[in-house]
Amino acid sequence: MQADLLAALNEERRARRAVIRIVDLDSGAERLVREADDLGRDPLEVDLAARFRSGKSGTVETEDGARLFLNVHVPPPRIVAIGAVHITQALAPMAAIAGFDLVVVDPRTAFATPERFPDARLLAEWPDTVMEELAFDAYTALVAVTHDPKIDDTPLIAALNKGCFYVGALGSRKTHAKRVERLTEAGLDEETIARIKAPIGLDIGAASPAEIAVSILAQIIESLRRKPEAPA
Amino acid sequence: MTEETAPETATEAASRDVLAIAEGWRAEGREMALATVVQTWGSAPRPVGSHLVIDADGNFEGSVSGGCVEGAVVAEAVDVIAEGKPRMLEFGVADETAWRVGLSCGGRISVYVERVDGKSS
Repeated sequence: MQADLLAALNEERRARRAVIRIVDLDSGAERLVREADDLGRDPLEVDLAARFRSGKSGTVETEDGARLFLNVHVPPPRIVAIGAVHITQALAPMAAIAGFDLVVVDPRTAFATPERFPDARLLAEWPDTVMEELAFDAYTALVAVTHDPKIDDTPLIAALNKGCFYVGALGSRKTHAKRVERLTEAGLDEETIARIKAPIGLDIGAASPAEIAVSILAQIIESLRRKPEAPA
Repeated sequence: MTEETAPETATEAASRDVLAIAEGWRAEGREMALATVVQTWGSAPRPVGSHLVIDADGNFEGSVSGGCVEGAVVAEAVDVIAEGKPRMLEFGVADETAWRVGLSCGGRISVYVERVDGKSS
């Protein structure tokens, strides 16, 4: 492996862009393919497209007998939590242990303090002012837990439109019914709205904020690993 | 096997980005090799694409088997760093050496080991 290719590979990974390193297992020849590249001109077009979708690395044999290893790097899954509440305080360390990046967004500066979230990336802003910075993608899970439609609704709609692999919202069935009404008025169709996990979290009888955080994290992992279209 | 690998995997996932570490080592001018799991059969502990980075002194970060065969991979990697030619290593229960180094989970893995060459920009 060439050091400059390693640097280019890491640059893509840091920018949360999917990238594949192809290495010829016999000659050691290598190259990088970025997801934004024109795959139509690539002799491995079909294999590359399939592997960008699945996120799985593996070996392909070409017609001339070469064995090529396709090392697929898709962005690490991350969680964007709307609401710097008690549940999120418990979720933050759990998410780190499970290998997720976490960003916490809450415009209420009494909630979004470094003292309450010593290790998480914290944005004390209204979600709609930081949507570009958050850059929702298929590798993002959105957890909306403020209970306040003024704060939750904008990122919920954005997460559904951007194809986030998990979209969950806190609230009773009654609260959620009102949310469905608002999102319908905002122009979302029934099928899209049905992707929201509400009430949020796996049904394990969670009672405390920490237990609810466990149920949310478990549900995020289930969405990531079980669904065929989810990035692996 | 599962009990042995669980803590390793959690630690690795929580904080250590092997390729970022490799780039950092290169910037320091360290000679090194990259080991990559390229194929697995059966109950292999780490997925295809997992990395281990090794320097010429045998220091390493990452994992290709959750601790089972890292020792053997590191020893081979030191040779690869010296010689420059990539190697394919096979570990599995059918292999006497592999059994000795401990891939006792019943799986088999192929690990590609290559030297990292050139200056980092």
